[in-house]
Amino acid sequence: MSTLPPLPAEAEAGEPAPERPRGRAAARLLPPARLTGPIPWVIAILIALVVIAAAGGLALRNLSSAASAGLSSALSVQVIEPNPDLRATRSAAAVRVLTALPKVTAVRAVPEAELTAMLEPWLGEGASSGDVPIPALIDVELAASAGPAEVARIAAALKQQVPGARVDAQGDFLRPVNDALAALQWLALGLVALVALATAAAVWLAAKNAFAGARDTVEIMHLLGASQRQIVAVFLRDVLREAVPGALLGAGLGVAAVWLLGQQFAALGSGMVSGGGLMLADWLVIGAVPLAGVLLAGLTARITIALALRDML
Amino acid sequence: MSDTLAGHVKFDNVGLRYGTDPEVLSNLSFTLYPGSFYFLTGASGAGKTSLLKMLYLAQAPSRGAIRMFGQDLVTMPRSRLPELRRRLGVVFQNFRLVPYLTAFDNVALPLRLAGTEEKKVQRAVGDMLEWVGLAHRAHAVPPSLSGGEQQRVAIARAVIARPKMLIADEPTGNVDPDMALKLLRLFEALNNRVGTTVVVATHDVHLLKKVPDSLIMRLHKGQLSDPTGALRYPPQPSKAPGGSSAS
Repeated sequence: MSTLPPLPAEAEAGEPAPERPRGRAAARLLPPARLTGPIPWVIAILIALVVIAAAGGLALRNLSSAASAGLSSALSVQVIEPNPDLRATRSAAAVRVLTALPKVTAVRAVPEAELTAMLEPWLGEGASSGDVPIPALIDVELAASAGPAEVARIAAALKQQVPGARVDAQGDFLRPVNDALAALQWLALGLVALVALATAAAVWLAAKNAFAGARDTVEIMHLLGASQRQIVAVFLRDVLREAVPGALLGAGLGVAAVWLLGQQFAALGSGMVSGGGLMLADWLVIGAVPLAGVLLAGLTARITIALALRDML
Repeated sequence: MSDTLAGHVKFDNVGLRYGTDPEVLSNLSFTLYPGSFYFLTGASGAGKTSLLKMLYLAQAPSRGAIRMFGQDLVTMPRSRLPELRRRLGVVFQNFRLVPYLTAFDNVALPLRLAGTEEKKVQRAVGDMLEWVGLAHRAHAVPPSLSGGEQQRVAIARAVIARPKMLIADEPTGNVDPDMALKLLRLFEALNNRVGTTVVVATHDVHLLKKVPDSLIMRLHKGQLSDPTGALRYPPQPSKAPGGSSAS
């Protein structure tokens, strides 16, 4: 015990320390993380909830877009006139006026036989007897860029030149439904934000507890010359080792739930519901949820530990 | 001014209090010179551990100024503290080994934190454990080591990176007299061969006689006395770094 062993070159030369301990060295500084604690499971549940809420929000957005796309660019014009000859004349005039207007892409006078067949389930034989006056109907398609101003312009033009003409924008019928869908989308967004907050809180508590449990070790490392960044990096590694499996598990559970729900809705066979399917871009957004969760966990842990270290000299 | 003349450490009218309690250390003014061997003595509760905590940068003073290795500790940014700490080796009173790390990994900590290449860490730690007679216990964790073995691991960890200053708080408190002497010889070897400044806190007055050229700082009720006059004057050239062994 009398002769000192030779020095390791770096220690003697006083090389600047790395920002974070390397590989196995880092792994050895804190107790190995185990998946027996609640954090991976809490993160898994929260990520699953975010995935479901996000998928719900995206599906509602698609549903709303699909419904709006089909109807917002279409108009129905009714020519209400009990006299069949006059009605036919005015209907032809309306077609001429409409065809001449900008942003009108297609005009079709619905044939009387088609109208009669459409109304027969409600009016029975009265629909074809001529006893019940049926308005003439014209389907109008507008350019995608047409908005409420164009609809108002068309209504004004018809009012001037075709007495008895009434314009119905088909999108108006769906406005309450669209409003409800928009509200649900906001709700989904709110849920995502709340669950993200809950995830951050869970990680904050976990990081704080982990720090309290390892305070002695951290103090020793601190006194042996570990920089704050080194200690944060080691803790971060520990937190990520819990967060990553939790996030992946949660994403798996969430995607499975979304897929099952999708199958259930698809089985309804409703035209409107089928518009709420998820696109590739939506799946990419959903795929980013676990990544965002892990980043959030890492950021929260980093801030928590940096704040706790501020209390030490 | 050179480090030798200016000293490694300079305390100027330093006081320390915890919270709103009265000062536990008052008006400490002294200089520790490179390559010297100091004993810090005093009864229990005299403030030895508090003074050592300020020396190994675990505690900031409540007042006064401290310079260490040319840096003003009061004004320097906290981010530079790790750099200073890496120049110190500390043997804590209760060893403060990391309980889940093996003896080997505990000794390796300062080198790994300093970013030493793992191959060199393996060799240096192996040699160091050999040196303190614990090569056969390299893979044992602290709870399975005896008090004396833990102490030697703590000492090996403190000296593995060849600190400029070694600070030991009651390093012989838990070992038998033979082992105490061996540990003291180890500190002397470090002091003589590498020029490390050594500060050993002890309340064992018999220990002071074992290192003839040592300088004594005595703490009494938070005040420092200087029976050897060493704190006011630079040490003899023979004790400067690189000087020959005096023992």
